Amino acid sequence: MNYHWNWGIFLEQVKGGDETYLDWLLTGFGWTVAVSLSAWVIALTLGILFGLLRTVPSKALVALATAWVELFRNIPLLVQMFLWFFVVPELLPADWGLWVKQELPAKEFFTATICLGLFTSSRVAEQVRAGIQALPRGQLMAGLAMGLTLPQTYRYVLLPTALRMVVPPLTSEFMNVFKNSSVAFAIGVMELTFQARQMQEDSEQGIETFLAVTLLYFICAFTANRIMAVIETRTRIPGTIAGQH
Amino acid sequence: MNQMTNSPMIELRNVSKWYGQFQVLTDCSTQVSKGEVIVVCGPSGSGKSTLIKCVNGLEAFQQGEVIVKGISVGDPKTALPKLRAHVGMVFQHFELFPHMTITDNLCIGQIKVLGRSKDEAQQKAAKLLDRVGLKAQAHKHPGQLSGGQQQRVAIARALCMDPICMLFDEPTSALDPEMINEVLDVMVELAKEGMTMMCVSHEMGFARKVAHRVIFMDQGRIVEDATKEDFFGTPRSERAQLFLSKILSH
Repeated sequence: MNYHWNWGIFLEQVKGGDETYLDWLLTGFGWTVAVSLSAWVIALTLGILFGLLRTVPSKALVALATAWVELFRNIPLLVQMFLWFFVVPELLPADWGLWVKQELPAKEFFTATICLGLFTSSRVAEQVRAGIQALPRGQLMAGLAMGLTLPQTYRYVLLPTALRMVVPPLTSEFMNVFKNSSVAFAIGVMELTFQARQMQEDSEQGIETFLAVTLLYFICAFTANRIMAVIETRTRIPGTIAGQH
Repeated sequence: MNQMTNSPMIELRNVSKWYGQFQVLTDCSTQVSKGEVIVVCGPSGSGKSTLIKCVNGLEAFQQGEVIVKGISVGDPKTALPKLRAHVGMVFQHFELFPHMTITDNLCIGQIKVLGRSKDEAQQKAAKLLDRVGLKAQAHKHPGQLSGGQQQRVAIARALCMDPICMLFDEPTSALDPEMINEVLDVMVELAKEGMTMMCVSHEMGFARKVAHRVIFMDQGRIVEDATKEDFFGTPRSERAQLFLSKILSH
């Protein structure tokens, strides 16, 4: 292999600018974290909401929540990015569409965040639904039997236990958000993958570039994993298999 | 044992229920007076648990009427949470809330449903835990207690709401044999204090000791509704005779 290794490349200045390649990657890293964390907030909020709606007695609400999940689960994430970026603004009332296209600040960021958030919410919803449905039916009955309303029973009885049970699968989803955020480069978000491609073309040091990017993604996902592990430990219930001391 | 008055606390009038095509309850009628203790027994699948869950509206029914202290349970206008707040229920599998301490299990309904202050709720909880002999477990979680202890907590949790009557759905059938008595003792004491009780149970010893009447169900029908003396002495239906001969033979 005649590849010319140059690990010093990161500290060199980019062609025709005064930043270094490291600056590029760190900027990209910042956008990756921003997109991922914002999308996770959306995913968690809507995922819990629609997941629990899939378990309520009202058939209409169940149908609505099921439609939500299937809509965002059955279309590839990359296609969803393009849909939100190119198609949705055209479907909005003319004034709004124009505003989104011309005036919305950081529109690539907002579009990618919403898209990734909704996509992930469908996956979170499925985990939450499974968690609630795994609870003994008697828990719901016990809550109702003491006079709690259905929303109160969800709030104080079902969700606290169900959410604890789904922390492990939600850990995977949290890590996936960081990894999936790389798709946002396709609509021009200057996140890590976008910056990496730019650096590769500019510096012609592709191997170093992508090894560095790999490391940065790994750090993100691994940090997410550790945060969730702490949450898992802190919320363990004494007297359960997981919570034995 | 004669604290009964004539006003029925619970009244079932021709209750029928279907799951799809399958009829689980057929034309069930009975009454429970204030202070009366009723034991409901019968083979598995006979509809006992379903019947008792109709009393507080946990199970819907398609025909007939259930009236608890003058309030129609099946009426869509009835505020079920309000009614259920005063009808205690104890389940086969305890159904304590695993993520809460024992004290919190006893307080949640008092605070969220009855609107009691935290202090007031905790005092009441402590009093009732003491009564069922579990004061020392107050800070623990349900998973750290034995089955018998959990069921006593469940009874205390229901009593915290100052119920006008208590429903028991096979309260001892998930328990190890050694733990059955500690639960039955609490129930006997309640019965003797004059609590109105409807108990789905196969504990015939308990029925003999405190029940006023025994209801026997088979295939969704109330086959026999008799005083304790008549039921154990001269059961009228063949099915009840067979049932008794099977469960009392050992």
